[in-house]
Amino acid sequence: MSVTLSPRGASAEITDFDAAASCFAIDGLSLAYDGRPALRDLTLAIPRHAVTAFIGPSGCGKSTLLRALNRLHDLDDTVGRAGRIRLEGQDIHAPDVDVAELRRRVGMVFQTPNPFPMSIYDNVAFGLRLQGIKRKRTLDEVIEWALVSAALWDEVKDQLHTSAWRLSGGQQQRLVIARTLAVQPEVLLLDEPASALDPISTLKIEELIRSLKSRLTLVLVTHNMQQAARVSDYTAFLHDGELVEYGATDSLFTNPRLARTENYITGRMS
Amino acid sequence: MKRWRTSGEGGWPWLAAGGVAVSLLMVVALLMLIAGRGLAHFWPASLERVTLADGAVIAGEPVRHVTTRDGRDEWLYRTGNRDLDGRTWRWLEAGDIVSRTRPGDLLELQRERWGPFIGRLVAVREADTTVIDATAGSARRWQALETRLARARALRETIETRRRETIAPLARQLAAGTASAEQRAAFERARDALTGLREALARDSLVLESVDGRRLEQPLATVLDAWRPNAMGTLDKLGLWGRRVWAFLSEGPRSANGSDGVWPAIFGTVLLVLLMSLLVTPFGVLAAVYLHEVARQGPVTRAVRIAVRNLAGVPSIVYGVFGLGVFVYGIGGTLDRWFFSEALPSPTFGTGGLLWAALTLALLTLPVVIVATEEGLARIPDHQREGALALGATHYETLTRVVLPMAMPAMLTGVILAVARAAGEVAPLMLVGVAKLAPQLPVDGEFPYLHLDGKFMHLGYHIYNLGFQSADAEQALPLVYATALLLVAVIVVLNLTAIFLRHHLRQRHRALRH
Repeated sequence: MSVTLSPRGASAEITDFDAAASCFAIDGLSLAYDGRPALRDLTLAIPRHAVTAFIGPSGCGKSTLLRALNRLHDLDDTVGRAGRIRLEGQDIHAPDVDVAELRRRVGMVFQTPNPFPMSIYDNVAFGLRLQGIKRKRTLDEVIEWALVSAALWDEVKDQLHTSAWRLSGGQQQRLVIARTLAVQPEVLLLDEPASALDPISTLKIEELIRSLKSRLTLVLVTHNMQQAARVSDYTAFLHDGELVEYGATDSLFTNPRLARTENYITGRMS
Repeated sequence: MKRWRTSGEGGWPWLAAGGVAVSLLMVVALLMLIAGRGLAHFWPASLERVTLADGAVIAGEPVRHVTTRDGRDEWLYRTGNRDLDGRTWRWLEAGDIVSRTRPGDLLELQRERWGPFIGRLVAVREADTTVIDATAGSARRWQALETRLARARALRETIETRRRETIAPLARQLAAGTASAEQRAAFERARDALTGLREALARDSLVLESVDGRRLEQPLATVLDAWRPNAMGTLDKLGLWGRRVWAFLSEGPRSANGSDGVWPAIFGTVLLVLLMSLLVTPFGVLAAVYLHEVARQGPVTRAVRIAVRNLAGVPSIVYGVFGLGVFVYGIGGTLDRWFFSEALPSPTFGTGGLLWAALTLALLTLPVVIVATEEGLARIPDHQREGALALGATHYETLTRVVLPMAMPAMLTGVILAVARAAGEVAPLMLVGVAKLAPQLPVDGEFPYLHLDGKFMHLGYHIYNLGFQSADAEQALPLVYATALLLVAVIVVLNLTAIFLRHHLRQRHRALRH
C-alpha cells in the first residue's frame, strides 16, 4: 500500500489515498478554543491496522486533533468546531451517534497513567461492567485476555485484587491499555503514552504498540522523534494547527518534502 | 530547637510555637476545669458535725470557704434537710464554729422529694412496728437499711419493667378498644399484681433524726440511695461515685429542675445530629455535584458559590427564626390543616419538634457540606474523569462510579464539620422545638417508632436551663460543668465516628494487602 498524502494547500499534489483502507477520514476539520483557533482546516485519512503518529512542536494541535477523534472535546463547551470526521464512513458528529458507544469503539490512553482507585481486576472490568457484563466467568476470561494482550498478566496475575495504585508508572500505563483493550475498541488513541515513564517502561509500551497493530488501528501523539520513527507506519507533522506534511514514516523521516518538516525532525525547530 | 537558636532567624519561630502552646493550654485548662468541677460533684464528700458558739449543732458538707470584703471568714455548708429547715445551704461564720467532727454514723440519703437528708438513722420500721431500734447499734441499723434498700430497689425495678412491658401495651389496646376479653382479664391481673408489688414496696420506713434532734419518718420507697461517707473507704467511695455518674448518664430527670439524670438529653442530642446528617448530606452533595460537575461555569455559578460561602456566616439564631417561620408555622401548619385537622387547634406538626429542629440544623450546616464536597470534587484530577469517559461511560456513570467514590472522604469531611457545628448549636433549637423537660424519648416501641413531631431534650439547652433557670444555683452549678463535659464528650464521639468512617473509606482506596 503506497500512501503519499499531503494536506490541501501545502502541496499541489492531492492524494490518491485508498478510502476503503482508511479508518478515520478527517475532512476540513477546524477547532477553536473560545474563539482561538487550534486546528485549521485539516484533511487527512488514518489507515486501518497501522500506527499513525502525530508529531509537532508543543501547542501545534496534535493532542487537540487526537481528542477530537473520540469527541472528548464535548466536555468543554468553549470548543467550536467545523468540518467532518468519519469513522468507518460514519460521521461521528451525526445526531444519532451515541457518544459513549463511540468512545468505547475509540479507546484512549492518556499521558498520565490514570488507573481508577480500585483493584487491578476492577480496573480492567470497569468498561465491561459498564456494558452490563456481570458474569464472573466472562469477566475473568476477558480480563486475563486483556492483561495478556497488554503484556502485564505475568506481573500482576497474583495480585489482581490489590489496588492498581500500587503498580509502577509503566505497569499502570499498561494496565490502562489493558483496560481499554478489554472493551474491544477498533481504534486506540495514545496521547504521549510514554512521556511520564522511564526508558525501560517506554520500550515495553513501544513493543506493545507494535504488537497491537495487527488487531486495531493505533494513533499516537508523541514528542519523541525517535519513538515516532520506531513505532509508527505513517507520520503526520503538524505545526500551528495546520497539517504540514503527512506520509509514510520512512519517507517522511529520510526524505521530507518540505523544509519545515526537515527543520523540525532534525531539531532545528521545536 | 537547637537549630532555631543558632539559625540567626530571630524570635519568630518561638512566637509561632508560643501561639500553639497558648491555644493548647487554653483547651486543656478548659477541659480540666469542667472535668474537675463536674466529676467532683458525684464524689461522696465527708460530712461534718459542726457545733456553733451559741450551742446550735448542724451537719453538712463543707463546700466553699470565702473571705468577704469586710474581712470575715465564712464557710458554705450543704446541709440538706429542706423539709425540716426550709433550705439546703448555710453560710457559717468561721469565728462562730466551736468544733468540727466527722462522726462515722452520719448518713446522707437521696430522696425522691425534698432533696438530700443528712443526719442519723434511729430506727427501721416494718409495717408500723419497729424492727430495729436505737438499742441495736449503728452498724446493725445501717446493715438493715442497706438490705432493705436493695430489696426496695429490686422491687422498684420489677414494677417499672412490668409497667412498661406488660401493662402499657395492654392499656394501649384497651384505650383503642381492640382488646379481647382475654386481654382485658390479663390487664386486670397485671394491675392487681402491680398493686401488690407497690404495697410490698411501701412496707418499710426509716426513722431519721437530724443532728439537732428533730425526727422524721421517711418511707423507704422514696429513698433512692443512702451512704455514710465518713465510714467509707476510698474504694467504696469510688464505687459509689461510679454508680452516681452512671445514674446521671442513664436516668431521666425526675423533677422539673432537671437536677437528676440527663439520658433523654444525650439521646436527643445524638438523634438530632444523626437526623441532621441524614438530611444535609444528600442535599449538600447534590448541590456540590451540580455546581462542580453539571453547571456551566460562569458568573452565575460564581455568584451562587459566593452566596453559599456567605450563608455559612449567617448567625445561627437567624436560621432558628427561619425554621420557625418556614418549617414550623409554614410547612407544619399546612400539614396540620391537611392531615391532622381533627386535632386542631392543638398542633401536631405546627409546633416545634425533632423534625423541624433537624431540618433547621441541616440548613445551617448545608454550606459547610457543599463547600467541602466541592473542594473534594475539584481535587479529583480531570484525567480520572476522562479515563472513565474514554471507556464509554456516560457522564452519569463517570460520576457515580469514579468521581463520587473518590470524593467520599471529602464529603465525610463536610459531614464532620457539619456535626461539629450542629451539635453545639442551642440558639436556633430554642425556637424550633427543644424542651426543658421531655423525659419521653423520641424513639420507642410504639408505631411509628421514631416520633419526629415530638419535643426533645438537648444537652446544650439543658446546660442553659441548669445554669440560668434553676431555683437552686449552688446545686445546679456542678451539674452545669458535668453536662458541659458530657456535651463535649458526645461531640468528640460523634466526630470520631465520622473520622473513623472516613479513614476506613480512604483505606479502601489504598491496597489492603500485598
